[in-house]
Amino acid sequence: MALLELENVEARYGPIKALHGVGLSVNEGQMVSILGANGAGKTTTLRAISGIVRRSGKVLFAGKPVPRAAEAIARLGIAHVPEGREVYGELTVWENILVGASCRRDRREARRDCEQVLEHFPRIADRRRQQAGTLSGGEQQMLALARALVSKPRLLLLDEPSLGLAPTVVSAFYEVVTQLNADTGLTVLIVEQNASLALDVTSHAYVLEVGRVALEGPSSELKEHERVRASYLGY
Amino acid sequence: MRRLIPTVGLRAIPVGAAVAFLATYPLYHSNVETLKFTLVGIYLIAILGLNILTGYSGQISLGHGAFIGIGAYTTAILVDKTSLSDVATIPLAGLVAGAIGFLFGFPALRLHGVYLALATFGAAVAFIQLVQSVHYQSFTGGATGLFYGLPKNPYYLTWGIAAALYAAAWLLVHSKLGRALTAVRDAPIAAVSSGVNLALAKTLAFGIASAYAGVAGSLLAIRLGSVNPYSFPVALSILLLTGAALGGLGTLNGVVFGALFIQFAPDFAIDHVSKTAPEVAYGLILLAVLFLMPGGAGELLHRLGGLLKKAAKPLYSRTADRAEAVVTSTRSDT
Amino acid sequence: MLAFTWTQFWQQVVSGLSDGSIYATLALALVLIHRATGVVNFAQGNMGMFSTFIAWWLIYQETGPGLTFWLGFALVTLMSFVGGAVIYGVVIRPLQRGGELAIVIGTIALLILFQGLAGWIWNPEPKAFKSPFPNSQLHIGDVVISWLWVGTILVSLGCVAVVFLFFRLTRTGLMMRAAALRANTSRLMGIRVTLMLALGWGLAAALSAVAGMMAAPSLGTLDPFFMLSVLVYAFAAAVLGGIDSPIGAVVGAYILGVGISLLSTYVNYITVDSQLNLPVALAILLVILLFRPSGLFGRAVVRRV
Repeated sequence: MALLELENVEARYGPIKALHGVGLSVNEGQMVSILGANGAGKTTTLRAISGIVRRSGKVLFAGKPVPRAAEAIARLGIAHVPEGREVYGELTVWENILVGASCRRDRREARRDCEQVLEHFPRIADRRRQQAGTLSGGEQQMLALARALVSKPRLLLLDEPSLGLAPTVVSAFYEVVTQLNADTGLTVLIVEQNASLALDVTSHAYVLEVGRVALEGPSSELKEHERVRASYLGY
Repeated sequence: MRRLIPTVGLRAIPVGAAVAFLATYPLYHSNVETLKFTLVGIYLIAILGLNILTGYSGQISLGHGAFIGIGAYTTAILVDKTSLSDVATIPLAGLVAGAIGFLFGFPALRLHGVYLALATFGAAVAFIQLVQSVHYQSFTGGATGLFYGLPKNPYYLTWGIAAALYAAAWLLVHSKLGRALTAVRDAPIAAVSSGVNLALAKTLAFGIASAYAGVAGSLLAIRLGSVNPYSFPVALSILLLTGAALGGLGTLNGVVFGALFIQFAPDFAIDHVSKTAPEVAYGLILLAVLFLMPGGAGELLHRLGGLLKKAAKPLYSRTADRAEAVVTSTRSDT
Repeated sequence: MLAFTWTQFWQQVVSGLSDGSIYATLALALVLIHRATGVVNFAQGNMGMFSTFIAWWLIYQETGPGLTFWLGFALVTLMSFVGGAVIYGVVIRPLQRGGELAIVIGTIALLILFQGLAGWIWNPEPKAFKSPFPNSQLHIGDVVISWLWVGTILVSLGCVAVVFLFFRLTRTGLMMRAAALRANTSRLMGIRVTLMLALGWGLAAALSAVAGMMAAPSLGTLDPFFMLSVLVYAFAAAVLGGIDSPIGAVVGAYILGVGISLLSTYVNYITVDSQLNLPVALAILLVILLFRPSGLFGRAVVRRV
């Protein structure tokens, strides 16, 4: 069953139209990626899903249309790790994770989950009392992920997680994500500029060009596709 | 060329009418009524300066009243202690206020936006206390102030200077410096990368605005024949900002309306509502302007002007415009 | 120059701490709003003034309900909290679209509005506002300290401490801090950011009310302008401490309070004319800012031009 469905979604930033009718679907338990050049509309698509940007068109989550307000969408179980991580630099690592649990009603359970999640990320667990702004880029990415996970999402949206990070850090990050997907069946939608990495990690992919879906298909196929190879994979 | 004449012609009409109105007003009205328009002229000069500072260079000042005070006191002290005629002190008052404003602009640079508003607010409060201090009493007359002349009605003098300063402001705004100021307000980083000396532009704006205020203060001092610390309360600075906002920050067209408002609104409110109502009225009107018409009267005039321009165009060119619009809209869908 | 005695010195210090407590309460309100909404609320002082007038009506006015001081105090603080949140929703939030300038002018409009309203409803004649603390004095050795000073310090500091603890220890407090730091990201976490900002304004309004109700007994009389100079001092304290640092604002306020108290006692120039307190304070502040533009505790923000 499709956990997430987009139909003819349009979005604009003021007078500029960024999405001209995007359609995609993600099944439960899948890992799907959105590829494309700068300005193609990848980030905007995620923002349209999580409600940060105003959109028209259909966005269905578990068959039902999502509300307008971002806060309400988050409470449905969609967690968005934004571009650039956006950790709260002034708050401590622990406080950042607590904030991630803001949408949960079960306080005690949520607190326990915060502790648990931290155990899964030992590198940042060591720094739990430190201000998040003092962490390295890779650690901040892990923190942003941990913060998103604490809300017990059904769908995880990752926006350019590899941006600005060293390759070893990036692969460590994707190892964690892939493990999560394998263990818990967490559905993941990834926006990535690093096309070959994204196609390795995910099972299905969409290629956006100028605010529209230009190509879609299983990642293995797209990897061999001539246009994809020429434009995004470089060979 | 055929399109140009109607638009230039349109602008000349209200300006010409205004000049005629102002030139002949004293001939048909009592001294009391003429006096009110003298004050409108004085406020006009003050708001012109404030508009340059806040509207064009984007620096909020809540101390404009203090600079009017500086100009007023300069004239008062000079007339009281030297043999200079009162008219001769006007440029000096402008210079003194402008210089102090320019100097104030330097530390103000370190304080951007909000901090600047704070500092100017503090300056407005401090001005009153400094001027009434016993330490400077020999100069400023302390709490009682200075009495150096008879009350006068410098109507033509005020409007002559106002017209000249309005033209100067218009030239400034359309000059390189004016564009630099707008750039500083709208996109500081881009402005700097284009080579605008940010610090200089901002400080100059402060200096020019304060000079305008100084001239206004000087004229006010000439009009009153006396000054005292309580003529320049913080409320005055706020009132000026209200008037400037009402007239439209960032445009010179509506400044007259701001000045008219400052002069006539308090009387209206006092006569028709209550003694303390003016402040309530200002607050509400300011909020109303912010909500409904962020561009103030200037924006309203601009929109009106736009409508009039459309109406004045000969028919054939309007059809041509419509055809053009159809062509561009079909192109945008690819 | 006044002959120096330790007794006199300590008395002035305590008096300065008392003033500083009032400034600290208002300065904290300013910092809260600045962190949450990015602007300085010029109406903060007058909101407190208006609240104090309501308190006067509830407690002291002959034809009013005649409540006990602390009951009136609690009620007014609560009402101010609600009022602040409402003001945020009705006035400030719609103006946020117009940018910083629009919001600042909006707060200036509120400043005049409250001043006019207070004068209109209760007429601008100064009114007596008696101290809720015993009129007796406390004797520590030779030093004579009035209960007014002690009471002001305890109450103000108490309220400030409650606010600090609220932000550090409670879930809502954490959500408010997050909402103030990054609004959009916080929405992604499920935080109702608009509500959090409204709560922030409510808290600030409550703090302003406390500041007003503690300042009025110190000054003895109540009129629509009495909070203007307190506002300037609070600004100075907030800026001194770093406009985004709550602790900085409180520390700055105490430094300012004690500093001015001592200066006005021992520096002849100022002793002669107490009107110079404020200009001198501002001058000192400007000098400090020239050397440390982000204040004592502020982070040196990479200034974008």
